[in-house]
Amino acid sequence: MEGLFNTYELSQLTTVGIGIIMALSLNWITGFCGQISLGHAAYMGIGAFTGAYLSKLGVDFILGTIAGMALAGLVGFITGLASLRVRHDFLAITTMGVVFLFVGIVNQQPWLGAEEGIAGIPDPGYGAFWFMVLTLAIALFVALFSVYLRRSWLGQAFKTIADDEDTARIVGIDVSRYKLVAFVMGTTVAGCAGSLYAHQIKIILAPDFGFIQSITYLSIVVFGGIGSVTGVILAAIFLTMMPLWFQFIGDYKLLFYGGLLFLMMRFAPGGVAGIASSVRDLWQKRSRHAGTANP
Amino acid sequence: MSPLLSVTRLEVRFGGVVAIGGVSFDVPQDALLGLIGPNGAGKTTAMRAITGVVRPDQGEITLSGERLTGLPTHRRVRLGLGLSQQLVRPFKAMTVEENVMIAAGYRKTKGPLGALTTLERESERDRAHELLTLVGIGHVAKASPTELPLGFLKRLEVARALALDPKLLLLDEPLAGLTSGEASALADTVVALNDGGLTIVLIEHNLSEVMRVCSHLVVLDNGRKIGDGAPQTVMADPAVRAAYLGEGADDAAA
Repeated sequence: MEGLFNTYELSQLTTVGIGIIMALSLNWITGFCGQISLGHAAYMGIGAFTGAYLSKLGVDFILGTIAGMALAGLVGFITGLASLRVRHDFLAITTMGVVFLFVGIVNQQPWLGAEEGIAGIPDPGYGAFWFMVLTLAIALFVALFSVYLRRSWLGQAFKTIADDEDTARIVGIDVSRYKLVAFVMGTTVAGCAGSLYAHQIKIILAPDFGFIQSITYLSIVVFGGIGSVTGVILAAIFLTMMPLWFQFIGDYKLLFYGGLLFLMMRFAPGGVAGIASSVRDLWQKRSRHAGTANP
Repeated sequence: MSPLLSVTRLEVRFGGVVAIGGVSFDVPQDALLGLIGPNGAGKTTAMRAITGVVRPDQGEITLSGERLTGLPTHRRVRLGLGLSQQLVRPFKAMTVEENVMIAAGYRKTKGPLGALTTLERESERDRAHELLTLVGIGHVAKASPTELPLGFLKRLEVARALALDPKLLLLDEPLAGLTSGEASALADTVVALNDGGLTIVLIEHNLSEVMRVCSHLVVLDNGRKIGDGAPQTVMADPAVRAAYLGEGADDAAA
């Protein structure tokens, strides 16, 4: 089994898995619950730095990851509490602030390596293959959970909030509480992705979890189709692989993802999933027409 | 018997403008109360103060003795208020049926954890069908609200409010924008609901339907209460006639 992939392929698959986890967790917040976060990478960074720091102290990888998730979720709780009660789109501004604060603060902390970041992060000891399997298994779990979540009453309540907050209140939904739940769930899972990333790459710098990275995840969600699980997974695979294939995308990340975000919002707000379903509708209409024309 | 809803010295100001200045009225148990008045009288503002969308500057609102003032809207809904809004606002990403189901599942959406661990929604689907049939739009349960005309959406608003099993149903101009046939059909449904024991407050411009169906009227004008009582008595009051029908209404009638 372990000989199936070379080192490069293993690292690509792991990177894709982390991308899927990040995109799906942001999809809970932005897709399911309708709250725009421009700082999702900062919560990934909190998980990454916590996991890396604890690993260097000799703490077990799993425990360090759980601690990273808890801290990311806690910071998510605080940011959510501060912004979700205020106004509809206030979260976008707050999360943008969080992502700049994160980079600014971490860069000033000698115990987190300041601008040099944390290097030489110990290997969890599973080997590259099993680490990839673990990452993909977590991505699969997050995907299955997304499908379950959307069907549950919690997912339905999120849907009403994304649709119309005032009317959600009128059907008895505690809007601010539910938004906070979505945000804490998403940021906690971003923390997990962060610790996985740190232990894969072995060296982390604060700007790796900055605004550009946050926009990248947002454009993955928009590209895939806000709220669609399959669409977002496909977009995460495609858009995580692109920079690995084409060096120039890595060099012009903000231009590429920013442009993509703009184009999708302008021309295909339903994303790939939306395009797919309109094509399907068109196809059905065509075949119905063909059916009536030639009885 | 103590009233179901009690509004006491309610005052709402927007900046320097007094929208409602010290209005008190009671909604008796089992009543079908019409809250009427000319444009800008403060009817919708009063309704919004009851639902918690507008924060009153003064006054008390209680529902079966429980204080509503200060509570957020969703808590008031869970205490027994059902609201059908003047401007229809269906959840556009959901079907007609799902719009009612989400309200019917109010027990399941009480807290996030309970909501996360619950999938079953057949009983809510049944309840939704029952209510959609009751308001006469059962045949479009699977349609998207974006495809339906206003008359259907008005009835969807009523069905969605009923799905919350309210103690008090607040209807804000449910008949506006309907054809006279549709309006009298929906008004009949409202009467039937009231006969079934549901207490209802009806804000309505359609005076002939109000006079036909309501058991009790409260009249507002310029943010003050100018009439309260049985429809025929209230409408016979010269002050009400002057305010509601305009000066010289008596001459016109004469």
